Amino acid sequence: MSSFFAMGGYAFYVWSSYGAALLILGGIAIFSMVRARQASRRLEELKRAAPHRRRREEAANGA
Amino acid sequence: MALSPARARKRRRLGVVIIAAAILGIAVALVLFALRDTVVFFFGPSEVISRLDDPKLRLQERRFRMGGLVEEGSVRRLEDGKTTEFRITDGPGAFTVRYTGLLPDLFREGQGVVAEGRLDDKGRFIADEVLAKHDENYMPKEVADALKKTGHWQGESEAKP
Amino acid sequence: MHRFANPARFQRLASIILPWSDVLTAGLLVSGLYFALFASPADYQQGETVRIMYIHVPAAWMAMFSYSVMAAASAASLIWKHPLADVAARAAAPIGAGFTAIALITGMLWGEPMWGTWWVWDARLTSVLILFFLYLGYMALVNAIDNPAAAVRAGAILALVGFVNIPIIKFSVDWWNTLHQPASVIKMGGPSIAPSMLLPLVLMALGFHFYFVSVLLRRMRSELDLARVRALEDAIALNSEEAAA
Repeated sequence: MSSFFAMGGYAFYVWSSYGAALLILGGIAIFSMVRARQASRRLEELKRAAPHRRRREEAANGA
Repeated sequence: MALSPARARKRRRLGVVIIAAAILGIAVALVLFALRDTVVFFFGPSEVISRLDDPKLRLQERRFRMGGLVEEGSVRRLEDGKTTEFRITDGPGAFTVRYTGLLPDLFREGQGVVAEGRLDDKGRFIADEVLAKHDENYMPKEVADALKKTGHWQGESEAKP
Repeated sequence: MHRFANPARFQRLASIILPWSDVLTAGLLVSGLYFALFASPADYQQGETVRIMYIHVPAAWMAMFSYSVMAAASAASLIWKHPLADVAARAAAPIGAGFTAIALITGMLWGEPMWGTWWVWDARLTSVLILFFLYLGYMALVNAIDNPAAAVRAGAILALVGFVNIPIIKFSVDWWNTLHQPASVIKMGGPSIAPSMLLPLVLMALGFHFYFVSVLLRRMRSELDLARVRALEDAIALNSEEAAA
């Protein structure tokens, strides 16, 4: 097992590579997920707060 | 057969984008062509020999990089124990290289290298940096050994750098 | 094409695709990592450092793939004024920048032990660094312009102009002498890589593609939601102004 972590003496280079990839990809994925959740929550809030303004909002959105 | 104004606009925008892309592509190709000697990272030994007197390259006066394969059996340590001497070859041409310092892990005979330095008056290449260049073949050790045994080896010692 | 232009229809389509792409991303990356780290051999020349390849090469492919998606979406937004194309282009940029950063970092971590240097200014490395700056420049430009229509157009033009860099990256190793080795997988005459090493490479590459789909759809979703949030907030502000007047 320890020889697995040693990576033939190249442990630093191999594990740093996998670590950097995990950090960057994980960071982007989590950030995007949180942002998507926040955006949809805010949208629901506004829709509930102003149901009679939906038509105007739809027109403004061009949908 | 008249296009609606909206479709005519779309078609015009498409035309503009295509023409702009074509002009840009040609411009970039011309720039890269003009810079071809600058973009090149290293010269092979036979290229150095044939362009030694090229006034544009001034290979005799300036620092440049030479790349090729380390000739089999050419590597030796000089008396000072720190300087390595070997020959870089690309088939038709070869240069003797002297380098003082640590060599990269991949440096070995038959392997590709790129050395940076200048030519001395004896036609030797005095390098102050040696980088290993590896080829695009990836395989386990057992496969490489088997290929060598059966004579199907097409690895780094035959390939061009 | 305009059938998908309707944001509501896009949201429905995204909620069908997302669970699948999430599961495929996780499955492919877990099995890819298993083969990359445990069940594949060391290289005859490079030893264990060859395992860096299973991150480096797919990340570099994705860096170019993401940019191609961004450029295609920019063209669609510029020519056909497709409302979702601009959203897609803007959503793709940070993902592509992330993959480019990974390719550059792992490349340095691979270059130091094998080549003997973290970095050289050869054509391949330099053109990938330019790609990274194109992503950053695109994101900065789009965020810096307040007028949405102007931001869309400026960003799309930058993305399209920068696309010339993609063939330069791909063919730099063939056109010029570089320290970087030529292509191993996508080349004439088939891959020069042992099947036991090709498997983790392909698994990781597929995993990265589905990761791209998942994150892209999520980012497009929040972008569309935020556009509606802004429209609603404006409407509310307008209403209260009218009430006050």
